[in-house]
Formats: sequence, C-alpha cells, structure tokens
Amino acid sequence: MERNLLRYIWKHTRRQQVFILAIVLLSMVPYFAAFDLPKQIINGPIQGSGFETADSTALFMEFTLAVPFTDLSWSFEGFELDRMSMLMALSGVFLFLVIVNGLFKFYINTYKGRLGERLLRRIRFELVDRVLRFPPSALKQAHGAEVSTMVKDEVEPFGGFTGDAFVQPVMLGGQAAAALFFIFLQNLALGMIAFVMVAIQVGIIPKMRRRLIDLGRQRQITARHLAGKVGEIVDGIDTIHTYDTSNYERADIAHRLGHIYKIRYELYQWKFLVKFVNNFLSQLTPFLFYSIGGYFALKGSLDVGQLVAVINAYKDLPGPLKELIDWDQSRQDVQVKYEQVLEQFEHGQLVDPSLHEVKPVTPAYAGTVLAAQNLTVIDGSGAKTLDNVTLKIERGETIAIIDNAGNGGESLAESFARIVWPASGRVSLGDTDLLELPEAVSGRKISYASADSYFFHGSLKDNLLYGLKHAPTTSVTYSGEEATHRSWEIREAELAGNCAFDLNADWIDRRSTSVLRGFDDDLKQSLMRALDAVQLTPDVMELALHSYLDPEENPALAGRIVEMRHSLRETLQAEGLSNIVAHFDPATYNPEATVAENLLFAATRISSSSDGDVTESEYLFEVLEVSGLYEMLYEMGLKIADDLVEIFADLPPEHPFFQQLDRVSAEDIAKYQQLLQRMQSRTGAAITEEEARSVVRLSLHYVEPRYRFGVLTQDIMDAVVAARDKFYANLPANLRDRIERYDPHRYMAAATLRENVLFGKLSHRVADAPAKIRKIAGEIMREKGLFESFIALGLSFEVGTGGRRLTLTQRHKLSLARALVRRSDFYIFNRALPGLDRRVQEEIVKAVIDFLKEQDNDPTVIWVLSNTSLSRLFHRVIVFDRGTVAEDGSFEALDRDSGIFRSLVA
Amino acid sequence: MKGACGAMLLREEVELLRNIPYFNRVDPCKLKLLAFASYRISYEPGDAIFMQGDFPEATFVLLSGNVRLTASSPCGRCETTHAEPNSMLGEMCLLSDQPRAMTATALTNVEALKIGRDCLLRLVSDNPRMSFEISRVLAETLRDRIGGVGKRFSQEAVL
Repeated sequence: MERNLLRYIWKHTRRQQVFILAIVLLSMVPYFAAFDLPKQIINGPIQGSGFETADSTALFMEFTLAVPFTDLSWSFEGFELDRMSMLMALSGVFLFLVIVNGLFKFYINTYKGRLGERLLRRIRFELVDRVLRFPPSALKQAHGAEVSTMVKDEVEPFGGFTGDAFVQPVMLGGQAAAALFFIFLQNLALGMIAFVMVAIQVGIIPKMRRRLIDLGRQRQITARHLAGKVGEIVDGIDTIHTYDTSNYERADIAHRLGHIYKIRYELYQWKFLVKFVNNFLSQLTPFLFYSIGGYFALKGSLDVGQLVAVINAYKDLPGPLKELIDWDQSRQDVQVKYEQVLEQFEHGQLVDPSLHEVKPVTPAYAGTVLAAQNLTVIDGSGAKTLDNVTLKIERGETIAIIDNAGNGGESLAESFARIVWPASGRVSLGDTDLLELPEAVSGRKISYASADSYFFHGSLKDNLLYGLKHAPTTSVTYSGEEATHRSWEIREAELAGNCAFDLNADWIDRRSTSVLRGFDDDLKQSLMRALDAVQLTPDVMELALHSYLDPEENPALAGRIVEMRHSLRETLQAEGLSNIVAHFDPATYNPEATVAENLLFAATRISSSSDGDVTESEYLFEVLEVSGLYEMLYEMGLKIADDLVEIFADLPPEHPFFQQLDRVSAEDIAKYQQLLQRMQSRTGAAITEEEARSVVRLSLHYVEPRYRFGVLTQDIMDAVVAARDKFYANLPANLRDRIERYDPHRYMAAATLRENVLFGKLSHRVADAPAKIRKIAGEIMREKGLFESFIALGLSFEVGTGGRRLTLTQRHKLSLARALVRRSDFYIFNRALPGLDRRVQEEIVKAVIDFLKEQDNDPTVIWVLSNTSLSRLFHRVIVFDRGTVAEDGSFEALDRDSGIFRSLVA
Repeated sequence: MKGACGAMLLREEVELLRNIPYFNRVDPCKLKLLAFASYRISYEPGDAIFMQGDFPEATFVLLSGNVRLTASSPCGRCETTHAEPNSMLGEMCLLSDQPRAMTATALTNVEALKIGRDCLLRLVSDNPRMSFEISRVLAETLRDRIGGVGKRFSQEAVL
C-alpha cells in the first residue's frame, strides 16, 4: 500500500477527483452570478436606476462575450422589459440560481460522500484482506480488538477526507491567491505586507501543529490499546471473577482513561493556542493596513481610495486562508492515522494473493507424499521445537505421533497444517513446498483439527460445514428488483476494489464430502456419520430436545411430533409402563405436577428477564379468590408449613438439605415458624395479606408424591381442575402471549421439544424413569423417521462466540467432526481430544480411523496423541524427543525394541 | 397414577424407619427429615436396584417387597441372599466408598426409600447416636462372621 494517504487517494480516485473539481468550478458560475444579482435588483428595478421615467425599459439578459485578443465574440440583445417586469424577471433568475446552487451543492456533496465511502470500503477491505494474508506468526501477537478498532474506527476519517483531498486545496488556494492578487493590484507595497503576513502564517502555524500531530498519534495508540484492553476484559471475564481481580482491571482502565484524558486535554490546549495565534496573525494584517497605510494616507503619500480598496479586498483573504490551514491540519491528521494503521498491516511476508485465488473445483494435484525436509521450527520464545527433522508420510498410512519430551509432535502437526512456518527446511506435499501451493490445494487435501480450533458465530451446522465453504459452487439467478440490487452490488464492489462473490450462493462443496457415493444425501450422511464417530449425536439430540420449534414455521414436523406423542402414550400403555408418565389430561388432576402447574395447565415461556413467574402474578391470586380455592390452599399451606417447620426448624441455614426444597429457604422456614407460633398463641395479631399469600404459595408448589405430607385432598384436586377454565376466561394480555394451554392434539410453541413429546410429568416414584422413557421414545422416534429431523433441529443450535455455548468436550468433538465431514487425503489431529475419558478417547479414535478408511481415496491419518497407549491402533508410530525423531516404526517393532517407547506407553 | 396419592405418607415412612436398627434410637424429627430428603421409589419384579461393581450413590431402605442379592466372584461362584422389608441395602459400600459388592434385584413389587449418599453422610455426621449405631451393627456383623455361626448375614446388614 502507498505510504502517503494523499497519493493513495489520488491513485484510486484520480478520475473522480478531476471530474468533481470540474463540477465545482462549473458551480462557481451560478454562485458568483447569484452574488451580483441582489445588487442589480436593488439598484435597478427597486431603487430605479435606469428606470428614471415611468415607461422606460431596460434590456434583460443582454450580454456581450468577447474572447480577448481575437475577433470572436458572442452577444445577445436581450428582452426589453419595463420596471415591474424587470423586478419579477430578476427575482425569478435569483430564485432559479438559488435552486441551481442548491442542486450543485447537493450533487457535489453526495458525490464527495460517495467517493469517500468507496475509498473507505476499499481501505477496509484491503486491510482485512491483508489480515487474511498475514503470516501466522504476525497474528500471534495481535490483539483482535485492536485490529478491529483499526479497521473500523481509525480509518473512518479517511472517508470524510477523501472528498476534500484535492478539491479543497485547489479551491481555497485559488480564492486566497485571487484575493492576494487583488490586493497587489490595488497597491504593491500593501500587497507585499499582506503577502509577508500570509507567508508567516503559512510558515509558523504548521510548525506549531507538529506537537498536535504527535499528540494525535499518542491519542490514537492509547485509544487502540484501550479497545484491546476492553476486549481482553470481555474474553477473560471468567478469570477475572475467579481470581477477584476486577478492581485491578478497574484500576487499569481508570489509569488508561486518565492517560487518554491527559493527552486529549493537552491536545485541546495546543489546538486552541494555535487557533489563537492564527487568528491573531490574520488580524495583524488589517492592523498594519490601518496604522501604516493610514499613516501614509495622512502624510499624503497614499491615496485614501486605494487604502479603502485594499482593506476591502483583504476581507476575502483570511477566510480561505484559515480553511486552507485547517485542511492542511486534517491532511496531516489523517496521514498520521494512516501511517499508524499501515504500520500494523505491513508485514514483509504476506501470503501471495495468487495462493488465495477462488477455485470452485479442487485443482488436480498429483502429490501424494507429505514430507518434512530438515525442518526446524522455532516457537515464540525462540526455542527450537523441531530440530532438523526429516521424514516422509505416504498416502494411506495411519500414524501416531507421541512426544517423549518437548512439543515436537505438535509442532510437526502445526507445520503440516501451515499454522506455523518453518524457520528453516521445508514441508512439501508432492514436490512442491506446502507454502507455495495454492490454499485451494493445501487447504483441501489436508484437514487439520486440534483442541483449540475456532468456531464461528452461527449454528452447529454452519460450523460443521465450515470446512466445505471454499468457493461459491452455484450462481444464483435473481429476477426483478433483486437482480437490480445484485448488479448494483457487483458494480459497487468492483468500484471499491472488493471481491464480488455472492454470499447467497451455495458455498458448500458437495463434491468433497467424506461420504461420497453420488447420492443426494451424501452431505447429510457425512454429517451424521461424523457426529456418530465423535460421539456427538447424543449431545445434538439433547440440544434438539431442549429447543423450541415454531409450529407455524414447520407445521409438518410439528404435526408429526404430536403423532409421536400419541404413539408414545399408546406404547407405554401397551407395555404396561403407563405409570412412568403422568400425562396432561384436560379433565384430570396431574399428581406429579405442582398445584400451580395443574391450575395453569399450560406451557409458559419466559421470553425476557423482566417477565416474572406466572405463579407470582396478581391475576393468579384473583382467580384463586374467585374460584374459592384460596381458602382451601391456605388451609393446605398451613399444614405444609407445619410439616416443613417440624422437619427443618433445627437445621442451620447452610444445611444441604435445604436444597431439597426448590423454592423455600431457611429464612422462609423461620418466617413460617413465627407465623405458626403467632397463630397458636392467639394474641390476635392479624395475618397480613402478604403472609397469607406466602402460605398459599407453599400449596401452589406442592407435589404430593414428592413431599408425601398427605395434604392434597380429592376436593382440592377437583376444585383445581374446575378452576382451569376460570383461569383462562379473563387472561390479561401480558400473560396471554406467554401462556399456551396444554392441548393433547396441538404442538405447543412455548414448550420444548421434549415437553411436547412427553406431554406429561415423569413419575417421581418409578426407578430410572428417565432411562426407561428415553429408550422407548428413542425407538418410536426412529420408527417414525423423526430421528433426522430431530438431529437437524439440534444442529440449528447457535454455538455462540467461539463456540462458548458448548461445553469444552463438545467443542473438541465438534472440531474433530468438522474435519471428518470433509474429504481430504491427509487428516491431521493434533491432541484433538484432551481431557476425555480414556475409554471414550479410544472409542472415538477407533471410530474415526474406521470412518476415514471407508473413503475410497485411502487417506492418511496422522494423530498426535496425548494418550500414548492408543498408539497401538496405528500402523506407524513416531516418537519425538526434544524436537527430534527418536523412534519411527511399527507399533510392534517399537514395542519390542524401543526402551523410550515402552516407558512412554507403559 | 391412582396409587400415587393413596400410598404411604411421610409419617408412615418414619414409623417404618424406626423399625430399622440403625435408626430406632434417632430423634423422630430427624427421621422425618431423612424421609423427606430421600426419594420414594417403586420397582417391578425383575428390576435391578443396583448392580455389582457400580459406584454407590445411594442406600435403600426396603419398605415392602422382597429383594434378591447376588454376588458373583471372578471364579464364578455365586452367593445369593435375600432382603426383606424393613432392612437396609447397600449402606456399607456407601460408607466405605467401595463399588457395590452385590447386585440387588426386585423379586416382587418393591417399595423403597432411596437415601442419597450426601444425605446419609450428613445425617450420620449430625447425629453421633447414629454413627454409634452403625459401628455397633458393623461390629455385630464382624463378630457373626468371625464366629462363623451359620448366620453370616444378619438381616439388617447386608454387605
């Protein structure tokens, strides 16, 4: 990129700059014409000069235009108009000029704005493009938040500056020169004075601004670091809380803000000082005119008329001059910013753009051997992690890499994945250096997964298919308005030097999925098999069961789920297991649900944190009063309170048994105890409304099979069932959106998929009820062909930033699965499953190898193992010791002959 | 569903707990707490209550029904014994933190109280009386074994 912003702007907007300059010059014609017009109107028709008699006329639009030094001339005789018509005509012209000027201004500003925005877009794209082409080491030190603040905020002023970059100095310089020229015309000596003053101003002010620029640079860097720090706080929030360092972070931020404040304050001081000097200098000139010019005028050596003319002409000079100096200020400002940004984006070793060319079809490449030749890799601290390693990996091998000491294996895997670049030596695929191969070859022939692979914001599915999104594989045909929009998009992208790939096209390369039999469902099969291999399917199913499905969006699936609900119920009945689930039945009380749930008889969804619990709502209590339940539940609540107090009264508040009570704390128990005592003592102290409600609330959350106090009578149950309709009759609007009544024949949007399938409560009393129901429901799901739909639902789960909504283990598995979905010749797994149970690790490693070996392209599997005993699952084992290859051979041979290996595996 | 409400209540469970040697000298109020903190679970004939080799998470108080306990050793020898209502199952493994030594299978419809591990340990540590009772039962079991007087498993302590 250009070192100089002005040159950069000129390079990319040359033609537009000349064009807009021409337009600006053209706009000057009506602009100055409009200046002169008011005088004409006042002098002419209004004050009457030229209309001395009532019927005198004047010529309108009469002009003669002669080209100097030639005989060429044009003239127009004009229309003859009387005074009133002349007034109207001239006023009309004035209005016309106002409109024309306004339109010019509108056009020029829009044009400049557009020019700036395009340039801004170009710079931003170029910067991100550079990030994409950075060598891996460059980004290890970079702060994500700092880079993004550079791309987003620091380049922002460039856009505003672009439009004025050339037009402004030309215009203002012209105006200033013209003004100066007029002064010279009037009087040479006074002109010289003005000229010298201008020279001083132009000479001194930029010098004074040097400090300003320096401060500006500091401000930019500190602000950037602040952005980096804020990003760090967000990323490290867990660590901050766990180590109680929030105040240290506060102090850090306060210190930085103080520093920024100091810089900015100094900046203001300087800025206004410079302004003061500037104003002073520009006012000094008239002072000189008045005093010196006046002196000579009084002495008679200067004509008074001339002096007045000079002073008048001078009025036009300070304005443009000041703006010119301001322009220069902003030029220096953006130039500094530009250099600061550029500094971070200039790296000697950017990846060649040709390696990143978009290739919808994987280029044919014959290399089948992955090799390291005298490979040395140096880590961030300068230590050698790989030292002069030479080895060859053939197609079809399965290789375990284990480390005795050091991180040689990891480093090798990272070199194969091009995550680290060699310090010396090379990695080659076939005959070509890996770093010289287009990424369309290396990034598809080799799949790499490690425990710290990144996940992008989006659904699980998006992330699983991420490895297939190399290039748009289809082109979308748009019609009507969309087509216009698309062609606009392409045109604009090209004008700003952006790429114009269509994000709406299908980016998934369906020819490079791991399952490739030529059927339509290859992609789906690849996904499913990959999930199975890494044992992620149950997790995805769990996500699906917890998800909410919008039945309006997917009515067919919702209908089938309702069907499944009925089959589940029938099957349970048929197998004599109907006691596992207490189904929701509109006409009966559900003993496994709380009293409140039985009354509501609906799925409730808390859509925002401001929504309170429905059971706390005023409306519920109203319904209780009206239906006569309040009294019953109050009596029942007293009995519950009595039992609870008896059980819990003596326990210290931190006792773990309080966890047995969902909604009652030790404090509540104490309150109930006091309440009961007061009632017994009969001192007549009234029970407050709030206390009564707290007693009723105990009943509302009561489940008989769980508490077993025997207080829920048949009468109460009948009354609750009878009150259901009353509850719905006058449901207030704010509750109506959140409550969806149970209906055995409808899908409930407010309930999770699991609740929709089960449509009831699992019995508290049946041993292993969840396991039993899971087995039967699983069978029915498969029978009904719903398995894939459910998995698809689970795959639409949003993983959050960096996959943070998933557990660590799930992320590790997902990273592995993402590599498995792709078809590659080499699969490199770099300690991909740390922290997993040994047994699960073994199962997954086995399943992965089996799955990959089913591919007809006989892929190589290279696995850097943290669990060394798994090396027996591989044909070849490479043992690294302090960055060099200590052993290399088959598992059996090493197991027999190698001491190091045996000690590692044992 | 029908049975859910008509079945045994907390206070009846407390009575049953009192019949168990471990608990018969424990304050009834504490027993109520124990009953409350534990889960009432029913098994059908053939259901496994726990399996040999599992890590123990809970102990069970048999309220009704019969349970068969089998222990198979690596050499294939099988030992079988039975537990009857008002006995406790699997508490020794729980206290000693060892995998289950036996498999418990319901022979009839079984009603049991499942007492969580934390729950029981907490109760024992809160009640010196109870830990004494446990020591006593243990000592009796040991004595029976050393004495080898036919009665190798006392009903109340099944290892």
